[in-house]
Amino acid sequence: MWHRNLRGIFYIALKDMKTYYLKPPAVSWGIVFPITWILAFYLRNPGDFKELIPGLIAMTILFSTTSAEAVVLNFELRLGTLERLLLAPISIPEVLLGKVLGGVIFGFLMTTIVTIVSVLVLRLHPNVLYLILIILPSLFVFSSLGAFLCVMVKEVFEAQTLLNFPRFLMVFLSGVVYPVSKMPLALQYFSYVLPLTYTVDGLRLSFSVASNKIIFLYTLILFGFFILFIFPAVKLLYKKFE
Amino acid sequence: MNKDIVIQVSDLTKRYGEILAIDYISFEVKEGEVFGFLGPNGAGKTTTIRILTGLSKPTEGEASIFGLSIKTKITEIKKRIGVVPEISNLYDELSAMDNLIFMAQLYGVPALERKQRAQELLKTFRLYERKDSPFRTFSRGMKRALTIAVALIHNPKILFLDEPTVGLDVVAARSLRNLISNLRQQGITIFLTTHYLEEADLLCDRVAILVKGRILTIDTPLNLKAKTDKKSLEEAFMKITGLEPEILAIEKGK
Repeated sequence: MWHRNLRGIFYIALKDMKTYYLKPPAVSWGIVFPITWILAFYLRNPGDFKELIPGLIAMTILFSTTSAEAVVLNFELRLGTLERLLLAPISIPEVLLGKVLGGVIFGFLMTTIVTIVSVLVLRLHPNVLYLILIILPSLFVFSSLGAFLCVMVKEVFEAQTLLNFPRFLMVFLSGVVYPVSKMPLALQYFSYVLPLTYTVDGLRLSFSVASNKIIFLYTLILFGFFILFIFPAVKLLYKKFE
Repeated sequence: MNKDIVIQVSDLTKRYGEILAIDYISFEVKEGEVFGFLGPNGAGKTTTIRILTGLSKPTEGEASIFGLSIKTKITEIKKRIGVVPEISNLYDELSAMDNLIFMAQLYGVPALERKQRAQELLKTFRLYERKDSPFRTFSRGMKRALTIAVALIHNPKILFLDEPTVGLDVVAARSLRNLISNLRQQGITIFLTTHYLEEADLLCDRVAILVKGRILTIDTPLNLKAKTDKKSLEEAFMKITGLEPEILAIEKGK
């Protein structure tokens, strides 16, 4: 039974890759935007470019997973294709997980490209296990965040607008370009309620030489954020079909 | 339960706040028949289909398909039914073949059979030449035909058709009616909602007439015409629903 459910989730994700993700707008938001952003900061304040890499990877995760995720559910609700999916022997949580997985796969591809290029060009030596422990849960967190915000509203444009608020808040307050430790104390505390902070810090630790067990705690925290976003998203989607 | 009965509905009710969309309706559909669900706009036809196909939950009452409750066994039910919604809601960006394959995947059609089944359906619905064209490039009639083909990809035993010929030109509607007749000959039970009473008269073995969420009568088109002493199902429908005086008044106003 469960393998049939997993198959359904996988096929929805695969279909979404084909119909939404592997298209110029998604690719540009997912990969070009973070690179441009980081380059802009680097050019304004040139220093050690290596220090910006964790932020670049974190932003790639954030923007690639949410680029289409924030619109696909409402878009499909409007077109009736989401209803078409639910006529098949598949449940609302499975449909939602399929949508989230689509964002995760796309995000994984984009993030892998950015990470590999960064590592090769700058000759970095990351701890691959740590990278995986941070990147994988982060992909699920931000894809589910996109899905959650998408089902909160009715219109596609509302979802995009709503999503930009947490996205840019996190870019500025999660240590992507400006270290959290140098921020005012109140903002430092605030940054720890933002999932991207754990992604950036976890990635930074992955690129440092020393072994650090805190990575495992970050993985758990990120998993917690995923739960925090996915359950209300499922509940809200159920409501749309009441 | 009678072995021949494939859909059984008892006191099914749906409320949207203060609005009573379906008002304690009960009916049965027999295996292999074409059952028509007729009524004016807002009568509750689509709401009933949405409940029976698992898209919406009833407020009260019970319904079962193949003896399986829609409340507890909807996934099992979905594997055995096909649904053609009022709107042709397939993926615009996907080709006809890809839409069929995708749905076959979701319905768990074995990998080796998917392509063959999709090709057969495309040929049956005369869409094979356009198998690689995106759904968005299809005419309304072709979209409708592909939506029905998709609903048949897993060989369902019951097909729900919600207003299948709405918006189609005469030729496309006629061709679709022929297809429905063919499906019936293959032994598929058909649950059909339609505004077009001539269509119901042609296709249905029995019809239920629904007004403001309540079933007024269930019978064969022939019996309904005889009972009301009318020549057509449309006239019988007007008399049963009480719409006849309204129509007469409009005609006199002319």
